[in-house]
Amino acid sequence: MHMHKFEKIWLFFGIGSLFVFLTVIGVSAFAQGNQPPSCLTTIDPEKVDQTPPFNKPGLVKTGDNEYQLNIVASAFAYTPSQIEIPKGAKVTINVTTKDVIHGFEMVGTNVNMMVEPGYVNSFTKTFNEVGEFTILCNEYCGAGHHLMTAKVKVVDKQ
Amino acid sequence: MNETMKVDRRDAKLAMAHIYVAFVALALGGLAGLLQVLVRSGKFTLPANISYYTILTTHGVLLGLVLTTFFIIGFQFAAMSRTAGTLSNKVRTTGWLGFWLMTIGTAMTAFFILIGEASVLFTFYAPLQAHPGFYLGLTLVVVGSWISGFAMFAHYAKWKKANPGKTSPLLTFMSVTNMILWLVCTLGVAATVLIQLLPWSLGLVERINVLVSRTLFWYFGHPLVYFWLLPAYMVWYVVIPKIIGGKIFSDSLARLSFILFLLFSIPVGFHHQLVEPGIDPAWKYLQVVLTFMVVIPSLMTAFSMFATFEMYGRSKGATGLFGWLRKLPWGDARFFAPFVGMLFFIPAGAGGLVNASHQLNQVVHNTIWVTGHFHLTLATTVVLTFFGAAYWLIPHLTGRVMTKTMNRLAIVQTVVWAIGMCFMSGSMHFAGLLGAPRRSAFSTYGNSPQALEWIPYQIAQAIGGTILFIGIILVLVIVTNLAFFAPKGETEFPVGEVAETAERTPFVFENWKLWIGITVVLILIAYTIPFIDMIQNAPPGSKGYKLW
Repeated sequence: MHMHKFEKIWLFFGIGSLFVFLTVIGVSAFAQGNQPPSCLTTIDPEKVDQTPPFNKPGLVKTGDNEYQLNIVASAFAYTPSQIEIPKGAKVTINVTTKDVIHGFEMVGTNVNMMVEPGYVNSFTKTFNEVGEFTILCNEYCGAGHHLMTAKVKVVDKQ
Repeated sequence: MNETMKVDRRDAKLAMAHIYVAFVALALGGLAGLLQVLVRSGKFTLPANISYYTILTTHGVLLGLVLTTFFIIGFQFAAMSRTAGTLSNKVRTTGWLGFWLMTIGTAMTAFFILIGEASVLFTFYAPLQAHPGFYLGLTLVVVGSWISGFAMFAHYAKWKKANPGKTSPLLTFMSVTNMILWLVCTLGVAATVLIQLLPWSLGLVERINVLVSRTLFWYFGHPLVYFWLLPAYMVWYVVIPKIIGGKIFSDSLARLSFILFLLFSIPVGFHHQLVEPGIDPAWKYLQVVLTFMVVIPSLMTAFSMFATFEMYGRSKGATGLFGWLRKLPWGDARFFAPFVGMLFFIPAGAGGLVNASHQLNQVVHNTIWVTGHFHLTLATTVVLTFFGAAYWLIPHLTGRVMTKTMNRLAIVQTVVWAIGMCFMSGSMHFAGLLGAPRRSAFSTYGNSPQALEWIPYQIAQAIGGTILFIGIILVLVIVTNLAFFAPKGETEFPVGEVAETAERTPFVFENWKLWIGITVVLILIAYTIPFIDMIQNAPPGSKGYKLW
């Protein structure tokens, strides 16, 4: 099948740039560890309140400047809904839901994940700046969906 | 060749029936859209306790599923009747059966949405549980579309039998490809609805596997957008060259691009599930790679279109690098509306690459950026092309002609649409980058300073949405005129001819066993292992919730 010379050039650069993009995101994902949130841990959605660590949701110190933030989503709230994080902390956020699918978005950051019944989802972020972040549900979950929110304060403890 | 210049009157009736339903859906779905942008401006609340999410579900189902599917099937019946000969009585009757099933299904679905029993949005994610009638209605729509698809296959087979050793007409080939794509992808949504959602909503089973259901939905959800796009590409490849007075750049490349869409638009659903638990990121990345492959036929299409335009302009004596642009028929709405649609596809495609870019998706996932994205692809590129096609298709089918006044109004309509969409989609993209979520009623999230920043963009969306609603009123005026009031006469169904310089089309393109075989293999590669994982490592299932 014949292709016009210009079309060959066009496709060469077009497809070439696709492969450049794919290489960039592939290296970022597999060599630098920037994978999207894809936690494989499962949980019984009806026993969230009895299953550690979600039986005591909140911020837990796990190491020198390392923390776990365990959050339970349910219609239409996050538990806990007021969170304080010390500046500079490296926080692994674990979220699960007791009922339907929710979203977990920390506005203005790359923390953005789906929260689905039966699964824990997880993402790690270091908070280097003091400030306030809004957490909100970005997956439709019912009549109060747009009221589902929480607040994170990054504070300087020194 | 038994190509006819005019679509048979009986086939025209079948096509028009589909088009009427499509435009009624546009009117109602458009009204729902207007109410949504007004609510989100924060300056307006819905009367009589109507829920924002009921309106949102109505908007998504009517415009995403009904307008598109009905217009496409009507258009394709007309295109096949025009290029592969009048439909046989059997094929036509089957087409009517498909039409009525789809229409009854739509009415049923709409009923359960409007009485508030199915505010689950058009993606109906479990464990939100709608009334069984909602799922049953959707099933009828899909089954009806299958029956029409089989009618089209039968018509194609009859043509092949009557014309052994000949290449099928391009529009017929493209319609068949699109229906194969549709059949293969709707198997996923049919599986989740029939095996999971329907028995669960009827109370026959108590629990549902949420991730499997979502994965089956998105196995369907992405090829769905290509099912919308391919008829627009049919108009671009075959109809537009004839309208401007030029030739089809290459028949083979047009067919190749359609085959590539068939192969690569299905095994890519994970790019809608990139930030989802329960799926290994390596499998997500594989589907990201396949998603990028589906950009290639769009690059080919862009080249073909502009090659056709330039060849035509130069044949009319255009000089200089861009002189040919001036030779194009800017005053002809049949060209102008689809052309504006093509221009919008450039930012739309670029935005789509961002959405599908693995970890980059975290920046925009479920923000209103995504809504802005598909209001460029579907609600501008595809819809403006469908409007442009309606301007000759409807008068052709009803035996009328479009007056100069209506043509001018159609040009104005296109400009109104472009302006409205720049406001609405533009501000959706910006607000999305600032984190504003999609599919949410107005909220300041407890007066969060971050959420207050979005309000000016939401007001811009309301302005854009209002302008777009004016655009909908204009197109409804034009369509009503063309269907019932325009002067009687003959309107051409434009079908382009292939440029003399183009080479003969190889037969391999109609080796369906080969293409369907590769499609199935790609689907199996992309889905088998992660799907087995989901089932083997499944958590306890979920009961249904009605939280609205």
